[in-house]
Amino acid sequence: MAMLEVTQLGISFGGLRAVDALSMRIEKGGLVGLIGPNGAGKTTVFNMLTGVYRPTDGGIRLDGENLVGKTPHEICRLGVARTFQNIRLFSRMTVLDNVKTALHHETTYTLAESLLHLGGYRKKEREMDARALDILEVFGLAEKNHYTAANLPYGQQRKLEIARALATSPKLLLLDEPAAGMNPQETGELMETIELVRKKYGVTVLLIEHDMKLVAGICEYLYVLNFGRELAQGSPAEVLHNPEVVTAYLGE
Amino acid sequence: MKKLFSPGRRDYTISFGIVILAYLVVQAMILTGNITSSFKGQLVPICAYIVMAVSLNLTVGVLGELSLGHAGFMSVGAFGGIVATTALADAIPFAPLRLAVAMAFGGLLAGIMGVIVGVPVLRLKGDYLAIVTLAFGQIIMNIVNVLYIGRDARGLHFSLLEQRFELGEGGKMIINGPIGVSGVSKLSTFTAGFLLVLATLLLILNLLHSRTGRAVMAVRDNAIAAESIGISITRYKLLAFVVSAVFAGMAGTLYAMNYSTVTAAKFDFNTSILVLVFVVLGGLGNIWGSIIAAALLTVLPELLRAVNDYRMLLYAILLIAMMLFNNSKLKERLLAGRHREVE
Ligand SMILES: Nc1ncnc2c1ncn2[C@@H]1O[C@H](COP(=O)(O)OP(=O)(O)OP(=O)(O)O)[C@@H](O)[C@H]1O
Ligand SMILES: [Mg+2]
Repeated sequence: MAMLEVTQLGISFGGLRAVDALSMRIEKGGLVGLIGPNGAGKTTVFNMLTGVYRPTDGGIRLDGENLVGKTPHEICRLGVARTFQNIRLFSRMTVLDNVKTALHHETTYTLAESLLHLGGYRKKEREMDARALDILEVFGLAEKNHYTAANLPYGQQRKLEIARALATSPKLLLLDEPAAGMNPQETGELMETIELVRKKYGVTVLLIEHDMKLVAGICEYLYVLNFGRELAQGSPAEVLHNPEVVTAYLGE
Repeated sequence: MKKLFSPGRRDYTISFGIVILAYLVVQAMILTGNITSSFKGQLVPICAYIVMAVSLNLTVGVLGELSLGHAGFMSVGAFGGIVATTALADAIPFAPLRLAVAMAFGGLLAGIMGVIVGVPVLRLKGDYLAIVTLAFGQIIMNIVNVLYIGRDARGLHFSLLEQRFELGEGGKMIINGPIGVSGVSKLSTFTAGFLLVLATLLLILNLLHSRTGRAVMAVRDNAIAAESIGISITRYKLLAFVVSAVFAGMAGTLYAMNYSTVTAAKFDFNTSILVLVFVVLGGLGNIWGSIIAAALLTVLPELLRAVNDYRMLLYAILLIAMMLFNNSKLKERLLAGRHREVE
């Protein structure tokens, strides 16, 4: 059984059919790309997978468990984490606290311990600090743990978002254009980091990317979306030589 | 492990530093007789307003939701506390303990009101809290205005709109409709106020520097992102709002127990706005800023009585000066440690 099974997924906004009859299967440990031109419906697929939008039809199963109708925070706890196309950090909090907030359900203590700083408070906060710093280290952000998130340069904000998503210990990590706004060198480094993270944390990755060439480098399998419908799927080599895909991208 | 920089410590040091120092100075003034009676009379209200401001800051600054009815919770705590102290007069003869129990009761009652107001409103997306809390403040004021509570040998009696009970021999009205409460035994002291301020600071600062506080701030900074990492928006909004109401209730009990007569009109919309002004001037999310603003702006009108003609002018100038200071580079420099991260 595939880890993520999406069947005949669809959503309409008023008259607009943003996603239609989309089916996807992602195996555990995979690194899969979701590509397509502007407005194809890629982000909308993520929003349905994470419970931000409720699909009008179709099903989503993670390890057999139904995700449709669950709230975003429930879906997170079932093991799906994401980043956002337009960065959404906790901008007034520190880099460290951004990641620690995501450890909310992993290291817990009660409200009474929160108010009184008694019991496991100190020990557990230290555990969280150590965990958060470990994750930040992977993204080269450990030295900047005390920075206010909003004061990080753009590229590092993107990395912090991935670090925060990883801190929830997801099974499935959804990355929405993680390299947007980065120069080619930064992009190359980021792709290496994503590979590394996948191995180190054993997480399955579904990645949206605009630039086909870029995803072809790291993804094992691609889904191509156009006007909300699947245009093609297959290995990067197959997909990139598919004449329909080429046409859609060149807009002919 | 890498060295961690924690800006949190500074909040504790400054907040407790200010409060303890102020307490010692005032005690010295009292001992040496260097205190005017009008200032002395304001000591308990100052403490109550500090607790009001710090607790409202939790909703407005830390959670980022506008509340325009904080005085409503103060009112609930005030009248709830009065009923509790009167009912417990025989059971707990030791006044400070009776005050503490009354505060706990006032806080509990206000907290329940917080749940009643918060549960339906905070589930909605959008800024509905301001309007609902505004209405809540007015509703509480109007209900207390037509509330009759009396006590006699048979126990407590309640009625609304008109007095529908006869008190037995030796019975006493506690809340008498629009006349309010009179003949309350004044239990509040400056030291009691000081202790409530300390407890409030400790609990609220602790809360902010915990996983719960982080969750609340995450919801404020970006609710969608907070949900995406497993945080229930409704739960943490409600939690911050209710904790804020509980402390307002305790402040209400403290405040009410400082006067022999109390009416519902003391906790009106103007009071809610006044506390909001303390919070905004002290800085959103800045706990010690709320303390200073609440204390200064409560004593100031009295201090300025000496220069009566210019009183409102000076008050306005001070408001503007505080606002400018809040947005200035000077503040950043004074708090250099906090802002080291700014390149
Ligand atoms: N909440 C919404 N209400 C109405 N229409 C929406 C909503 N969300 C998305 N859409 C529409 O759905 C379509 C797909 O949008 P989506 O953001 O998923 O595209 P995308 O593939 O992520 O594009 P891009 O590459 O520009 O990010 C667009 O036409 C968009 O306007
Ligand atoms: Mg998109």
